[in-house]
Amino acid sequence: MEFKFNEENQNKLNTIISHYPVKKAAVMGALWLAQEQSGWISGEVMKEVANQLEMTLEEVLGVVTFYTMYNQKPMGKFHLQVCTNVSCMLRGGALIFDHIKLKLGIDDMHVTDDKMFSLEEVECMGSCGTAPMIAINEDYFENLNISEVDNILESLKNKN
Amino acid sequence: MEKIVLPDIKDLHLIDIYIHHGGFAAAKKAFTKTTDDIIDEVKKSGLRGRGGAAFLAGLKWSFMPKSTDKPKYLCINGDESEPGSFKDRQIFEYNPHQLIEGILITAYAIQAKIVYIYIRGEYHKWIKLMQKALDDAYARGFIGEKMKETFGTDFSCEVYIHKGAGAYICGEESSLMNSLEGQRGYPRVKPPFPAQNGLWGNPTTINNVETITNVPPIINKGWEWFSKIGEPRHPGTLLFGVSGHVNKPGVYELPTGTLLTDIIYKYAGGVPGDKKILCVIPGGSSMPPLRGDQLEGVKMDAESLKNAGSAIGTGGVIVMDEDTDLVKVLARIAHFYHHESCRQCTPCREGTGWLEKILKRLVKGEGSSSDLDLLISVATNIEGNTICALGEAAAWPVRFMVTRFRDYFEERVSKEVSLSVKNKVHSMRNTSIPLAPVTR
Repeated sequence: MEFKFNEENQNKLNTIISHYPVKKAAVMGALWLAQEQSGWISGEVMKEVANQLEMTLEEVLGVVTFYTMYNQKPMGKFHLQVCTNVSCMLRGGALIFDHIKLKLGIDDMHVTDDKMFSLEEVECMGSCGTAPMIAINEDYFENLNISEVDNILESLKNKN
Repeated sequence: MEKIVLPDIKDLHLIDIYIHHGGFAAAKKAFTKTTDDIIDEVKKSGLRGRGGAAFLAGLKWSFMPKSTDKPKYLCINGDESEPGSFKDRQIFEYNPHQLIEGILITAYAIQAKIVYIYIRGEYHKWIKLMQKALDDAYARGFIGEKMKETFGTDFSCEVYIHKGAGAYICGEESSLMNSLEGQRGYPRVKPPFPAQNGLWGNPTTINNVETITNVPPIINKGWEWFSKIGEPRHPGTLLFGVSGHVNKPGVYELPTGTLLTDIIYKYAGGVPGDKKILCVIPGGSSMPPLRGDQLEGVKMDAESLKNAGSAIGTGGVIVMDEDTDLVKVLARIAHFYHHESCRQCTPCREGTGWLEKILKRLVKGEGSSSDLDLLISVATNIEGNTICALGEAAAWPVRFMVTRFRDYFEERVSKEVSLSVKNKVHSMRNTSIPLAPVTR
């Protein structure tokens, strides 16, 4: 399916391009906008970004695959990112990851069948002082324990 | 005690409150001075970088070429991805305008017309907060063309935020530049250094968020005032992020040279259940860990920590109590660096994977005594053989943890190598006598 930036995002992209002396530098910003619009970075998205920024498809692909936050496949409506790095691990982050895995019945980087949830084990998110934490889409939830994680999951399920 | 970077003022993130408390006076003062005076002032203050290497900020600025037609750039490093470090986000949230003011002064000092603040992608919320602060400052005429009128100067600069997308390595300055240019975030070979050949081949300076936030008070109150705070060789305050097994984890702004034990017991409330401390990593996960019995009298500044056998890094103190499984912790750290290696240099690409594999074997209880020597051997072969410092960052925790906690690790491994197939090595040798196929 062909991808085109909607008008709002196209304007935003033009602003981002104006921040740099060369168009190519806007590639990360362009990919962020595309991901906001379509949820993930498809081949069509990369083609469009390459076209607009006068890059080759390979250059764009190189950027997409270098960074972990560009989704290379569709993720769930609620993308759960659980930090299991040292500071979180010391305060139970790894347990929370395992708990969510069991509860949703999915593995790392997988999506539930109803496309509601996806799970990712992430590296340090900068919440060490408020560990353990999970991020859901763009929001941080900090100072958690297992029962609070359950509450969060319940409330997300009910949100549908 | 005075706080420089995060003063206790309510709603300081609002531009009106910031101006009310003397905000942007330092910038105004700076624009009446020459650029050399400012660089000199910061050099004399002894301000050292807060991003990990603790390099003198003023000296770094003085590397920027004076006579050149090329455009100059300033990058503010807010990639903050070191496990155990969470200080920059406090600045974005609670004192963004002091950062902006510091940016204006620094940009003026090095004559950079364009400034990029590189913030890690995970900080969506903090990027929005910072963007709001920038918009407010633009609206008041503190940034952009209008600043000429506001400050009565002929200098102006533009400040943009560049959003990262999840790569630890982009906190390395040359990798940050590649990332900003729209390439994969591979570190560059140095020299040439960024001051000669940075963004798009132009002179560039890269400073940490916290470093730049320290600049306005230095210009306001003078280098002598700043150089008298904390340890003379590493003056000022540091944002210590305390995490792990402490009662009150969080960011504490304290003078350099504060005792590590004071940070843990006096400020962070000690260890839950009054347990003993097994291990402390004093500067973020890549710095050499200290044993619980090495902490007495250790001061938290670059020079003192070097003498104590570690390094200040980003000031992220990770505390582990006596019940911590150090093998698991080290395996997790090794996994992190394997995951974050950019795969450019062979020693790091392969070595970090080997470290992780061996440590995972140890976690499963299948390690042998020789594995500990193997860990040290692999780690020492990564160190110094890579383009950027991620090699050291991956090797240090392993090498120092295994050496300093050898007794602990020895207890977790068997003395002999056990193989799942009997005589496996021998049976795979070429021989004229056909051998039965090895079943794995």
